[in-house]
Amino acid sequence: MKQFLTGSEVCVQAAFDAAAEMMYGYPITPATEVFTGWIKRGGKYLQTEDEVAAGFAVCGAVMAGQKAFTATAGPGHVLMQDALSMAEGMRLPFVAVIGARGGPSSGTVIYSQQEVTLACFGGNGEGFRLVYSPSDLNELYILTRRAFNEAWQYKFPAIVLSDGYLLKSKGVFELEGEGQGIQNVPPYSLIKQGEVKHWRNIYTFEEELYEVLEQYKKDFDAIKEKLATAEEYHTDDAEILLIAHGIVGASAKEAVDELRNQGVKVGLFRPVTLRPFPKKQLDELAGRVKKIIIIESSLGQLANLVHQEFDPTISVAIEYLQKPALGIEPRNIVEEILDCHSRKSGNPGRWFLTTGSPPSRG
Amino acid sequence: MNQTNPAKFCPGCGYPIALMLLGKILEKKGLSVNTVLGLDIGCALLAWNFMPMNIVQTHHGRVAPTMVGFKRARPDSICVGITGDGGAYAIGLQNLLHAAKRDEAVMILVINNTVYAMTGGQTAPTTLCGQKTDTHPEGYEEQPMQGPELLKNIVQHGAFLARAAVNDPKNLMAYLEKAVEAQQAGHFALVEVLSFCPTNWKTKGQATLNYLEGLKKHFFVGEK
Repeated sequence: MKQFLTGSEVCVQAAFDAAAEMMYGYPITPATEVFTGWIKRGGKYLQTEDEVAAGFAVCGAVMAGQKAFTATAGPGHVLMQDALSMAEGMRLPFVAVIGARGGPSSGTVIYSQQEVTLACFGGNGEGFRLVYSPSDLNELYILTRRAFNEAWQYKFPAIVLSDGYLLKSKGVFELEGEGQGIQNVPPYSLIKQGEVKHWRNIYTFEEELYEVLEQYKKDFDAIKEKLATAEEYHTDDAEILLIAHGIVGASAKEAVDELRNQGVKVGLFRPVTLRPFPKKQLDELAGRVKKIIIIESSLGQLANLVHQEFDPTISVAIEYLQKPALGIEPRNIVEEILDCHSRKSGNPGRWFLTTGSPPSRG
Repeated sequence: MNQTNPAKFCPGCGYPIALMLLGKILEKKGLSVNTVLGLDIGCALLAWNFMPMNIVQTHHGRVAPTMVGFKRARPDSICVGITGDGGAYAIGLQNLLHAAKRDEAVMILVINNTVYAMTGGQTAPTTLCGQKTDTHPEGYEEQPMQGPELLKNIVQHGAFLARAAVNDPKNLMAYLEKAVEAQQAGHFALVEVLSFCPTNWKTKGQATLNYLEGLKKHFFVGEK
């Protein structure tokens, strides 16, 4: 059945289908409608006094075995890191939908891609989180379902990192393909009745915490390849590889079509999961292209992830299209790449940054 | 009520007294199996394996909302948040006020020793006017926060608020029992306990007792 829905409505549908039982929230644009949409459809909820309370109530609820979640954005996402850090430290199946908005500070209220680092590595931790970046309504649905399932399966906090463009705009949504027939991972109590559990998140000795983190790393590494997901588009014979995530990834996909029409051998690598990052897939691709262009509405938060993850022995030129706070349309990408292509290695454009090699890779 | 592990508190600390009395009440009422004790950060965190019941550490100031989430998910449980005066009335005040305003069926046990004890005796919201601390070496200039009295204006009918002292266990136990009963009846409860901190008060023996007695002139014991 085809439906005309907003991203928030799709997200709420996914939460209901995931058998989510409770939502804690605090209004903030552009994530408010996930909360109000959930309430309108009769979901059990509590509006808390701030995001901090919403986050910790989710922590308490999931400890008790309830599939609870929250949705927030920007400055609320900053506050949410307190609870997310506890969820990471205590391995809680914490689920959050984030509507990324501009930053720093209150920034802008609808769109940006500047919460990548916050979602992946916010808090005083090591990024033991699952972070998903949907590019369209169908994927928003699937990834919200995955967030609940994988959080409860593997006990890492799971964040659906969307934005206001995707959450607020209406489009045709049809549950088909991968989205159909997803089985739910049932919730379970982390503090069982009749058992005595002594549960801490602060350790007396450095060695104790080291051992805990060693185990967490082992657990995270064990699921890395299984969960890491990426879309590849026209990569077989690509000489230029675009890397973009979320709706910029969707935009880049259109740009690939247009550029191919004009004879440019370009392909797209779109990480669907930012944590764990689809490293293996990227390494394979990066080794056989002439140039990589990382495109994002941020000054390099995706680029940092890429640099961090991919094999340092691969030698490939990397360029950057960075428009912090701004949306990136297909024509922006097409124009800049054609311009650059015709100039070979020409001058950097207004927002087209060309550097020989990224600083972190020397 | 048996301890499961040796107390990690400083010698002379009031925390274990309050915790043991709480444990006794829960055991007497047959509730210890269904109980979850949430610990704020501060000296409270030392209780993480102190008693044979479910105990969970949380973050500083965040024990109230964590207990709210647990209790709402499992209404048949008994949720007790244990926190110091700083966790309750400074960093966690916003969450505490709203839990009280909504009449959340959780119980908060506040240990008031007038200082941030775990970090070495800095000023707390409950520090007395004139009291010298690491962060107010010349003496604190504000009046102390009166927690239960503050909450009195916003709690709903049926909630229980009281202040007791660790050197009057009979009275403290009576209040803890009433607080547990308030939660069983679906209401919010807070018991503030005036407690010893000889380490940071820099007192010994009788002087510690005298210090605590002196506090009762500033913080009135009783049901609120």
